[in-house]
Amino acid sequence: MQQKVFEHRLSNGMVVLGESMPWLESVAFSLLLPAGTRNEPSDRLGLAGMTLEMCQRGAGPYSSRDVVERLDFLGVDRSSSVTTFHTSMSMAAMSRVLEPTLEVAAAIVLEPHFPEDELEEARQSALLELASIDDDPAQKCFKELKRLRFGDVFGRSSLGSESGLKETTLEDCKEFHRNHYNPDRSILSLAGNFDWDRFLVIAEGLFGSWKGPAYIGPTSVLSIPGNSHLPHDSQQTHIALAYDAVPYNHPEYYQGRGLVGILSDGMSSRLFAEVREKRGLVYSVSASAHSLHDCGSVLCYAGTTAPRAQETLDVTVQTIRSLENGIDPAELKRLKARVRTALVMEQESSSSRSSQMAHDWAYLGRVPSRQELLQTIEALTCESLLNHYQNHPPRRWSLVTIGPDSLEFSDAVS
Amino acid sequence: MQFRSEKLSNGLEVIAEVNPEAFSLSLGYFVKTGSRDEAPEMAGVSHFLEHMMFKGTARRTAEDVNQELDDLGSQSNAYTSEEQTVYYMSVLPEFQHAALDLLSDMMRPALRDEDFQTERQVILEEIAMYDDQPPYGAMERAMEGYFRDHPLARRVLGTRETVSELDPKAMRAYHQARYAPDNLTLVASGAVDFEQLLKSAEAMTTQWKPSQAKRQLVTPTYCSDKLSMVHPPATQQYTLQYSPGPSYCDDARYIARILGTIIGDDSGSRLFWELVDTGMAETAATFTQEFQECGLFCAFLACAPEQHDENWEIIQDILGQGRDVPITELELELAKNKICSGMILGSERPSNRLFSIGNAWTIRRKYETIQDASEHYRQVTLEEVQRAFEALANTTSVLVSVGPEAEI
Repeated sequence: MQQKVFEHRLSNGMVVLGESMPWLESVAFSLLLPAGTRNEPSDRLGLAGMTLEMCQRGAGPYSSRDVVERLDFLGVDRSSSVTTFHTSMSMAAMSRVLEPTLEVAAAIVLEPHFPEDELEEARQSALLELASIDDDPAQKCFKELKRLRFGDVFGRSSLGSESGLKETTLEDCKEFHRNHYNPDRSILSLAGNFDWDRFLVIAEGLFGSWKGPAYIGPTSVLSIPGNSHLPHDSQQTHIALAYDAVPYNHPEYYQGRGLVGILSDGMSSRLFAEVREKRGLVYSVSASAHSLHDCGSVLCYAGTTAPRAQETLDVTVQTIRSLENGIDPAELKRLKARVRTALVMEQESSSSRSSQMAHDWAYLGRVPSRQELLQTIEALTCESLLNHYQNHPPRRWSLVTIGPDSLEFSDAVS
Repeated sequence: MQFRSEKLSNGLEVIAEVNPEAFSLSLGYFVKTGSRDEAPEMAGVSHFLEHMMFKGTARRTAEDVNQELDDLGSQSNAYTSEEQTVYYMSVLPEFQHAALDLLSDMMRPALRDEDFQTERQVILEEIAMYDDQPPYGAMERAMEGYFRDHPLARRVLGTRETVSELDPKAMRAYHQARYAPDNLTLVASGAVDFEQLLKSAEAMTTQWKPSQAKRQLVTPTYCSDKLSMVHPPATQQYTLQYSPGPSYCDDARYIARILGTIIGDDSGSRLFWELVDTGMAETAATFTQEFQECGLFCAFLACAPEQHDENWEIIQDILGQGRDVPITELELELAKNKICSGMILGSERPSNRLFSIGNAWTIRRKYETIQDASEHYRQVTLEEVQRAFEALANTTSVLVSVGPEAEI
């Protein structure tokens, strides 16, 4: 597996990363800024998202309309989002337009106009987005799970709160931008077809003289067990379940991730087999590994019609607990085959590679190579996985259900 | 990049876009069957059958199928639409033979009674899931209202009633009629060894018998209708409008797609600037849907119920502005750039190319490179888009609105 990864710090300390994929015609970059929902004042929930929205409504030489038209003209596929710890912006385009695309991204981050006459429109958009989640019970279920499990600061949703959005002023956005759009801990990662030396010159020119206040890191994140039910007039009950696991920066992360794979990766995984294939209880059931700074969790989801919800929850928990009986060598072999394929196919997408690199750097301070990852996975054994399970059994459960009736769950406080 | 195609002695066509530089390859069986090919009382059988195809064969149990899909490290799935059922997997090149063996065997499923009963529950869950989700069945209702007794009026998932009534015997007969080699295409893309693929496919499908499966193509008589549905738990109002558009076989589809992008793409379009950027609507979009002999030009709105009427009026105004606010050169250029660039970015994964070439071949019997497809868009003129825009003003359309309260 060929791989060439570049790392560099601009003169202001900002990290730039690159992975050359010269077989592609495209290039993609992710810009990760240390401005998340955890940085919002408690009476301004939603400020991080509002600030990001306002930054895109006119910046540098571009008016609000120019930003959109310029990126459309260049044929740039883009997205932006806010998480607990970061604001991120991702763009992908043909490699020949990398420079003008970066210019737009830099303007958005460094020179937003914050036009007064667009604040109300940005606010209305944000309020609509917040309101629309009421029609998406599965997403609402996870929003509530996050709030319940990670508390006031780390459990915030990027959608904010109605009162926070209504109270937000232009000055709040400007202040948030000043304090948290910051080269210290910002990461610009690039993947695809590019000339690294040329890119460094461009990046230094655009971002090198950017200054900001010193970064203040988060305190430890601790999960809070508990359960809650939100009544909803629907046919299906949505079940979101979480328990503790080791986080992404833990030396044994891939042992824990391996266990999640046994539960949920692929059509022969235990949850799919037990809950859907054997019993026909659900259309969807899944588990995934989730990290919030130093706090790892496994998040599970199942959706089923109300009369079968209790059985679905019980079978899901039983299946998770069945890991204590050990791992079958055939299961581990399938897991490894899936990872090998995924690592090879990662080379087909500049977008997924650039965001993965930014994520790796944010969590680990380095970018592990595919070779290293492959070796880590190949080294997993049935014994090591069982051992890991025994040392880190599911505990500190959180459960949120949305649907006609609440469910019985005895593990919540175990 | 090289295109290859061959017909096996049993009538099965094998096509591939071979790219020796690719890291992976994708394989798929494209079955020319979907909800439009079902008898009304069997609505949902194509989709139900798609689920059953993973439930084992004469030589594999359901568990074997799932385990082998994972053994191959594959990314695999299937989907059913009005016109097609597609089974596909992406694997590393070394697994080409094993992947084809599994996928080909799956095309001859056991369809065991007990699996049928369990899987019926999964389908009913899927129907319940979509019933709970916006736009709460509005699309299905709009198709029914627009197409009436045309085969395209039928629901892909069927209804709770038809799915509950289906029996395995009828499904077996449907499978036999529709999954014949002359109604299937084996499609491959990426790092494909085509000679090997042909040899393996010939050996694996030698028992398959052609069935001369037919599809009824009917020129639809469109109906005008307005329908309001109440879904009390909804908090937003969702409105969908279907008008006539070009079919998947009509070159005018490039014009309609460009027009859909200019009027209602999710960023930079007329509806975006008027309704989304201003925070008046959560979604306001136009897009096309294309079928073999006909197509749709669709408009969609999602917003707060109290803002709905005003927003919908604005959408109607914008759709009717063909003469007053003509399309500009800039709008046309931005739309072309967006579409063409998106196509190239998307094509970097062989798995995405699989669908482009498979769909084009099964419905239109044509192969096009990315460059060919880009060229079609590049050649669309301002006059053509402008004419299509003006034609939007007076069309037959069906409108379905669903929200928390009656009467919109």
